[in-house]
Amino acid sequence: MSKRLLFVFAALIIATMVLSACGPKASTYECTDAIGCVTVAPGDPIHLAYDMVINGPDATLGIDSRNGVEIAIAEKGQLLGHDVQLTGEDDGCSAEGGQASGTKLAADTTIVAVFGTSCSSAARVAVPLLSQAGFVIISASNTAPDLTKAGDPNNWPGYLRTAHNDTIQGAAAAQFAVDFLKVTKAATIHDGSLYAESLANQFAKVFQELGGTITAQEAVDPNQTDFKSVLTSLAPGGPELIYYPIFVKAGSLITRQAKETTGLENTSLMGADGMFSPDVTAGAGDAVEGLFVSSPDTSSFSQKYNDYFLPKYQELFGSEPVSIFHAHAYDATWMVMNAIEAVAVKDADGTLHIPRQALRDAMYATKDFQGLTGVLTCGPTGDCANPKIAVYEYHAGEYPPIKVWP
Amino acid sequence: MLRTWRQRITIADVVVWIIGLSIAFVVVYGSIKTIEVGKYNTRVWIDLTITGLALGGVYALIALGYTIVYGVLKMINFAHSEIFMSGPFTAVFLALALYKNGFWNSHPYISLLLVTLLAVTVSSTLAVLLERIAYRPLRTAPRLVPLITAIGASFFLQYAFRGFFGSGLQAYPELGFLKGTWTFGSIPVYKTQVVVIISALIMMLILYGFVQLTKMGKAMRAVSEDKEVAGLMGIDVDRIIMLTFALGGASAGLGGILYILLFPVVHFFMGFIPGLKAFTAAVLGGIGNVPGAFLGAMILGILEAVGPSLFLDGMGIAAPYQLKDAIAFIILVFILIIRPSGILGERITQTKA
Repeated sequence: MSKRLLFVFAALIIATMVLSACGPKASTYECTDAIGCVTVAPGDPIHLAYDMVINGPDATLGIDSRNGVEIAIAEKGQLLGHDVQLTGEDDGCSAEGGQASGTKLAADTTIVAVFGTSCSSAARVAVPLLSQAGFVIISASNTAPDLTKAGDPNNWPGYLRTAHNDTIQGAAAAQFAVDFLKVTKAATIHDGSLYAESLANQFAKVFQELGGTITAQEAVDPNQTDFKSVLTSLAPGGPELIYYPIFVKAGSLITRQAKETTGLENTSLMGADGMFSPDVTAGAGDAVEGLFVSSPDTSSFSQKYNDYFLPKYQELFGSEPVSIFHAHAYDATWMVMNAIEAVAVKDADGTLHIPRQALRDAMYATKDFQGLTGVLTCGPTGDCANPKIAVYEYHAGEYPPIKVWP
Repeated sequence: MLRTWRQRITIADVVVWIIGLSIAFVVVYGSIKTIEVGKYNTRVWIDLTITGLALGGVYALIALGYTIVYGVLKMINFAHSEIFMSGPFTAVFLALALYKNGFWNSHPYISLLLVTLLAVTVSSTLAVLLERIAYRPLRTAPRLVPLITAIGASFFLQYAFRGFFGSGLQAYPELGFLKGTWTFGSIPVYKTQVVVIISALIMMLILYGFVQLTKMGKAMRAVSEDKEVAGLMGIDVDRIIMLTFALGGASAGLGGILYILLFPVVHFFMGFIPGLKAFTAAVLGGIGNVPGAFLGAMILGILEAVGPSLFLDGMGIAAPYQLKDAIAFIILVFILIIRPSGILGERITQTKA
């Protein structure tokens, strides 16, 4: 009896194996890609995903980038006869958020490419997961240098970015401090995030190379609200500039509290692109007057940015862009869609096969892509940006801030 | 003789004392070094201390709520940090409305009063509702049950506020008459800090006076001693507990307004960290004790503000302010090793005994 049962099971298993082996042969396409293929049945959408911060105090950063992705997808319409579907997770702008969202996305094998993450801290955790799942990952706003540094354990295959690398932004900020503000003493504050720490260190390095003195390098917890004591401890060093390349919530509180700290009343304040947000104007109140932030130079963007992109953004989302990486996200989306078009194989019935490694290779081979943010060419480690950094100055009650340099 | 001495001291005691002594050593050695290096002048130390006192004032008003609820119910109301958040978070909309029609600038005192009243009302009502809905049905349950409920209520309130008002930042408009400094002797002190410290002190005294001197306060103390017997003596226990929550909520609401004078930005998650700190302060001062909560909060505030510079700077540790919570909590552990029931905690058990 039991032998018979065993036989039946064995027969069933063999039958299943034979049938499943027959499956792909029924189609004319055979996947030979090293890390597999995505098959999109006729009528099914091509699945792209985002992993960006869309909740919490830093939400404007992620929502703005997502808007850029959506504009590009809407502009494209159908891709190789398929709709494009966009889903996503919240990276929380933190390592924990990156872990949760990365795990969730990596489990979905229908995803072809992921736009994200919004924050470098999240990238450090999420990118390994997404890379091992075989996706193309392209970020519009991760700027930490090690993510695209050759040989670095944080540089993963399949990861690219259209955002500038912070070695450039930090250096530009130091250059601005010396050339425009003509300061010789500066202090830095970071919040322990990968983004802020590498920017602060890069700034300090270049500032010292240019002959300046760093009076102190401090760190704070971004969830705190009291920065008075840390600011007070900076004052005796007599910094003429405090550089705190952190995020909106802590950044606006530091801006406000620095103005009320004895000895820092006339110190210039400067942040980076993470503080380019209307929430800073709201959070810092009148203290925002004279705050500098470095950011990609939108005036160097292509003509299409003003002629097509901005009106479209206004039309779809009813506002001016709320942060600064929408154009980078838009470019990233077009690069992914172009690469899919280049490598995908279409069956006669409309079934689409996208080989994953070939798609990655096509992404890395991107050359002279005419994007909004400039003419983009990707390097072998995934840096695709053509960065032009400018410095903007906030004025009380006004948004956006005004470009002052270069 | 030797044997009894040996029996009385366990290995755990020795470890605890070694930890205690090493903390004390770091504190003393670090302070001496910092003062020797002389990077900061007296002025900086005074500024840091005042910052710490102001921070302590906010912690104190939240800690009062924790402590009186604990004193009466022997229960830790973890949702208290959300009661603290609810006041200023609701009142910001009134403040912004007043600011838009110009009333805020033309009548700043009345505006501040209105905003404070609203914040206090919201916080206190919410505390009473919370007690009625979430805690009263569980009053006879084991002690862990209301504690878990409180944590649940805390999350519920946080995310309810996020749902209603969004997750962005809301900023209070500035109050002209609180801008700038007052000079005491030769030291300029920010007006907001003075207001915060003095209001916290007054609120603590009022609460202490209420508990010690009024009939209601006497009833509260009776309920705290023994609920059943207090009930037999003709005290309406439910009413007294409601009153306790209302008082705790009101002081949290006031604390919220003082908080926004210092840090004029509200956010649905703003209660979490101050709440945690205030709870710590209440334990430090001896939970259940009103002046203890105030004292504990002030000590914690000063430790956070002065500690990193004083203890770590001289030893050449970079970015000491990253470690401010670590320092505050290590000192807290140290104090609790010496006085396990908190700084003023023992006095209560003595009077009770």
